[in-house]
Amino acid sequence: MSLPAYHTVRDLSRALQDGAVSSTEITREYLDRIDRLDSQVKAYLYVDPDGAMAMAREADTLIRKGEASPLTGVPIGIKDVICIEGIPNTCGSKILQNYVPPYSATVIEKLKSEHVVFLGKLNMDEFAMGSSTENSRFQVTRNPWDLERIPGGSSGGSAAAVAAALSPAALGTDTGGSIRQPAALCGIVGLKPTYGRVSRFGLVAFASSLDQIGPMTRSVWDAAMLLNVIAGHDPKDSTSMPREVPDYTEGLEEGVKGMRIGIPDEYFIEGIDPEVEKAVRDAIEALKDGGAEVVRLSLPHTEYAIATYYIIATAEASSNLARYDGVRYGYREASAKALKEMYEKTRSEGFGTEVKRRIMLGTYVLSAGYYEAYYRKAQQVRTLIRRDFAEAFEKCDVIMTPTTPTPAFRVGEKTDDPLQMYLSDIFTISANLAGLPGISVPCGWTQAGLPIGVQFLGATFSEPIVLRAAYSFEKRFPFADRYPDLVAR
Amino acid sequence: MAIGRKEVEHIATLARLSLGEEEKARLEKDLNAILGYVEKLSALDTKGVEPTSHTLEITNAFREDVLKPFEKGEKILGNAPAKRETFFQVPPIAEDVSST
Repeated sequence: MSLPAYHTVRDLSRALQDGAVSSTEITREYLDRIDRLDSQVKAYLYVDPDGAMAMAREADTLIRKGEASPLTGVPIGIKDVICIEGIPNTCGSKILQNYVPPYSATVIEKLKSEHVVFLGKLNMDEFAMGSSTENSRFQVTRNPWDLERIPGGSSGGSAAAVAAALSPAALGTDTGGSIRQPAALCGIVGLKPTYGRVSRFGLVAFASSLDQIGPMTRSVWDAAMLLNVIAGHDPKDSTSMPREVPDYTEGLEEGVKGMRIGIPDEYFIEGIDPEVEKAVRDAIEALKDGGAEVVRLSLPHTEYAIATYYIIATAEASSNLARYDGVRYGYREASAKALKEMYEKTRSEGFGTEVKRRIMLGTYVLSAGYYEAYYRKAQQVRTLIRRDFAEAFEKCDVIMTPTTPTPAFRVGEKTDDPLQMYLSDIFTISANLAGLPGISVPCGWTQAGLPIGVQFLGATFSEPIVLRAAYSFEKRFPFADRYPDLVAR
Repeated sequence: MAIGRKEVEHIATLARLSLGEEEKARLEKDLNAILGYVEKLSALDTKGVEPTSHTLEITNAFREDVLKPFEKGEKILGNAPAKRETFFQVPPIAEDVSST
């Protein structure tokens, strides 16, 4: 079996519209590849072949009638934290293992109205808490570039699926880097939009002031195409911004001539892998060659981001996850004789180790006597981190950094040390705290064949500039036709 | 601010978790390590700094309060671990009821 005929959603979309290929043929190709490879990659928690083929046939009818839009008939995978009516939604947790949503998320409704084909649901760290997808209660997803290594997380299933051509594109979610970090470690594009850009109705909540849904694709253009469909205000989500959605593919070709690119000192620190640093420095040079102006700057509160994040995110999580009580849906420990005992047994058995750790931490920092010292303090430092960025964006249009300090680590390498695991998100977390858009784009592969990602950050709602910088870099370093060996084998 | 076993047990009660002894010991160790790390925030002077609870430039989002019937009630009940007629069924609420 060969590589996909169309490496990007953009190319596939053209071929579908031109009638060069049908959605049923393409969908069958991806379902066959899932059959052949996913026992090794373990990206999918649920595959829906019958549903996908039915959606593909419907898409083909629309295309024949000339009623198609750009994403009609394009297959896509969905992180198992975004609800699709009638399809199990587990969040990688035992506590939701039997949950079948009676409704779809707004992003799903939007994709459905474009007649996108849903292939299935993708693996993740339980409740999106993790950086390696090892916290899933069901399976450990592998990095397609080296099956002994993790794909990153928490959207590790989404990233691995797109990297191994088990889906042309996927949706992930990003609370502290969960789209960008796995995208970097799997050699694909991952975009976290501005907080408030995409509706979260139907997304299972982890940390509500940080969570955002975004596309994971094989090109920057593809990410823009998907954002065009999923962005926008939603009356069902009071945290979505009533703000016009531009065509994000427009202006991508304009280049970076005259663009000011900020390089923060704090993102090139001791402990960063030399191959990662070199690849990112080369990427900066490439944009300089393209006419960009490089500005050195400082984000002095960067070193406080992880501490701030682990107070705010766990506090919000402890509150959001209080709803899992075994009463209305999901798992229940049935032996309990009284209600309180039922709650406690259900939650203790239903949640995994990392989720319990974060619920405990979040409960502690919100508890009487500690709220001021931890939670309020963290919210104040969050303000300082936002100010750093506000000042930086007076001097530059976009900030360029490594996405991660190292390439993908080995399965099991960090599972015993939660702090070490948290530190792998050091370069991605600040964007969530400040609500900024961020994108990771492949910028190289190590000698050992592991992908490296470069991150572009922009001011809130500056997706057009962030995407343009990323696209301009990608044009100098195209990667969409690069696949791990196991795909071609 | 190191936390001991008693505090771990208290937080677990607040979070409605029942933990085994091994789990408590592990959590005591992990929570102290993480709290030790986040202690670095206390080095920052944040006097007079407004806290950020979210980054949106909107404060309230109002809409008309319009009824929209949800037609799939049976699907919601279908997810319940236990139900009777159109109710979610739970074990007795008062603990002493269960022993009678």
